[in-house]
Amino acid sequence: MSSQNINAVQSINWALDDAMARDGRVILFGEEVADPEGGGIVKVTQGLSTKYGASRVRSTPISEMGFVGAAVGAAIAGLRPVVEIMLMNFVGVCMDQISNHAAKLRFMSGGQTHVPLVIRTMTGSGFQNGGQHSDFLEAWFCHTPGMKVVMPSNPADAYGLMLGAIEDDDPVMYVEHIGSYWTPGPPPERGKTIPLGKARVARSGRDVTLIGYSRSMIDLPIVAESLAKEGVDCEVLDLRTVSPLDTDAILTSVKKTGRAVVVHEAVRSFGVGAEVSARIHEALFRELKAPVQRVASKDSPVPFAKQLEAAFLYSHEDIVKAVRDTLKG
Amino acid sequence: MVPLLSSEVLIDIYRRMAAIKAHDTRIIATMKAGRLTMPYYSARGQECIPAAVSVSLTDEDYLVTIYRGIHDMIAKGVPPKLIWAELAGRATGTCKGKGGPMHVTHPESGCMVTTGVVGAGLPIACGLALAAQIRGEKRIAVTNFGDGASNIGAFHEALNLASVWKLPVVFVCQNNRFAEHTAYEKGTAIESIADRAKSYSMPGVRVDGNDPVALYKVAAAAIERARSGTGPTLIEAVTFRFNGHLIGDSGHYIPKSQYEAAVGADPYPRFRQWLIDDKHTRAATLDAIDKEVNEAVDAAVQFAFDSPLTDPSEIARDVYASAKVAS
Repeated sequence: MSSQNINAVQSINWALDDAMARDGRVILFGEEVADPEGGGIVKVTQGLSTKYGASRVRSTPISEMGFVGAAVGAAIAGLRPVVEIMLMNFVGVCMDQISNHAAKLRFMSGGQTHVPLVIRTMTGSGFQNGGQHSDFLEAWFCHTPGMKVVMPSNPADAYGLMLGAIEDDDPVMYVEHIGSYWTPGPPPERGKTIPLGKARVARSGRDVTLIGYSRSMIDLPIVAESLAKEGVDCEVLDLRTVSPLDTDAILTSVKKTGRAVVVHEAVRSFGVGAEVSARIHEALFRELKAPVQRVASKDSPVPFAKQLEAAFLYSHEDIVKAVRDTLKG
Repeated sequence: MVPLLSSEVLIDIYRRMAAIKAHDTRIIATMKAGRLTMPYYSARGQECIPAAVSVSLTDEDYLVTIYRGIHDMIAKGVPPKLIWAELAGRATGTCKGKGGPMHVTHPESGCMVTTGVVGAGLPIACGLALAAQIRGEKRIAVTNFGDGASNIGAFHEALNLASVWKLPVVFVCQNNRFAEHTAYEKGTAIESIADRAKSYSMPGVRVDGNDPVALYKVAAAAIERARSGTGPTLIEAVTFRFNGHLIGDSGHYIPKSQYEAAVGADPYPRFRQWLIDDKHTRAATLDAIDKEVNEAVDAAVQFAFDSPLTDPSEIARDVYASAKVAS
């Protein structure tokens, strides 16, 4: 096996390929996912329709309510559909199928049916795509019992978590980050699944726990290294699966450090950071050396102009300031 | 080829209609007695449609229906005692009391999804049909919905997808002339819903939803078309609901003459009389069926109320595959 670095486009493609090779129940559909239409807008699914045929890999009309609903039905019938919603904002047009059906049918049927469906989607600001092509909306799905939400931050995790999502018996929203699609990283071990719900300690430290996922995991190691030069030893925790949260891993780390900062690109209010912060406060109030801090995007729609987009997103300085606030006690 | 409509099939349709009517009547009475607490969307007046469709289906065939769907479920073969236990919130209910009348599910008889969201069942039925198509199975999917559903996007997306992919699905619109409280003409910009099929290059057939013989023929042809891999069909069965949108609805928005004409054309007694007049059977045979049906209703009610209530601990089960996941 090559140890050459690869990017997430390649590693997710490998995961889909390996899952399809070993499980005939896995089917793919979404807009332009088949090779005649380009193999996906960023080519995550390139080559798969040629390899596995037009029955298992299908380009759909621009019709998310139709094809996500069809994926729900196919999953109930026992297949393992992986559908692509081209951009995360487009979940808005098929939310009923996701939150009223995929997420609830196991419960409402008393466990007689279930929906082993993976919805792949991508998002992220920084490309001047404006207010309807850039949002991180993971909190919507985290707030929906029955859904799982996976947000990988590097090519190796993206591979293992995709296998984990496909093998999982629950519906999974799998969120890819546009900005790091082409960032190289160590390759995954082919065939090895990462189970959902397990966070990863990306950097060990003793002073403060920095908690992130997806895009913020690009920033946190950089900030941690710069703070190390000042003698602040950060632990960095990559949640990897945002729902269910790996509360044990969060509390284990914060028990050790006594301080925590949660960082995400999604807007601040009512977000994942609030939930993580609440869980830490509920469990460790007396052991905390400082209140948990949140760093997130501003509570506005994602703006278009370059300077506005920069102002919308948090900066490394914001993270550093939050860490300093926790050190003040 | 549509199989011959024998007296035996006609009596089978009658038996299903009789069961639907008897259960519906008892459900309303039990609600009025205060023993069932739930929203109930009676399908009284529409029983002919699923009865005449279901005789051409097997347990392997998938059904996706809606909140007004008890008639569809009974016709498809969901055991009534399990439906009753579900309505009564019992551990023995189809869904252990976690779904209720709007979400009855029973995969053994093919009842895969019952949705409370107008139109949402159509794309799901496409997916069930897609699974059958990919696996090379002969089973098909049937999805029932009202006239109001033909105005929501999911209807149009599902018909388009079903046609593009030639899915083995039959769309059955039970046009009962009202979308909740809104008259058909006020909310629907086309005279016949069946005509909407033209936009999706599939057959659209309008049929009298109170005529079991006509319905049987139309449904059997659509089912055969789906089963043979030729593609989907849209059926519009024109009917009427006798008990308004849901129990408690005063029906003030329904013109009196329209209501009286519809109830006067009640398909159940008409079909019963026709079976006798046309010499398919004798009154005594139908009386015996009615007696059996009523005994089955008694037994189902008894089963439901004799069953234990679902334990509140069930709230933590079936949210995820593993109970450990919850929050």
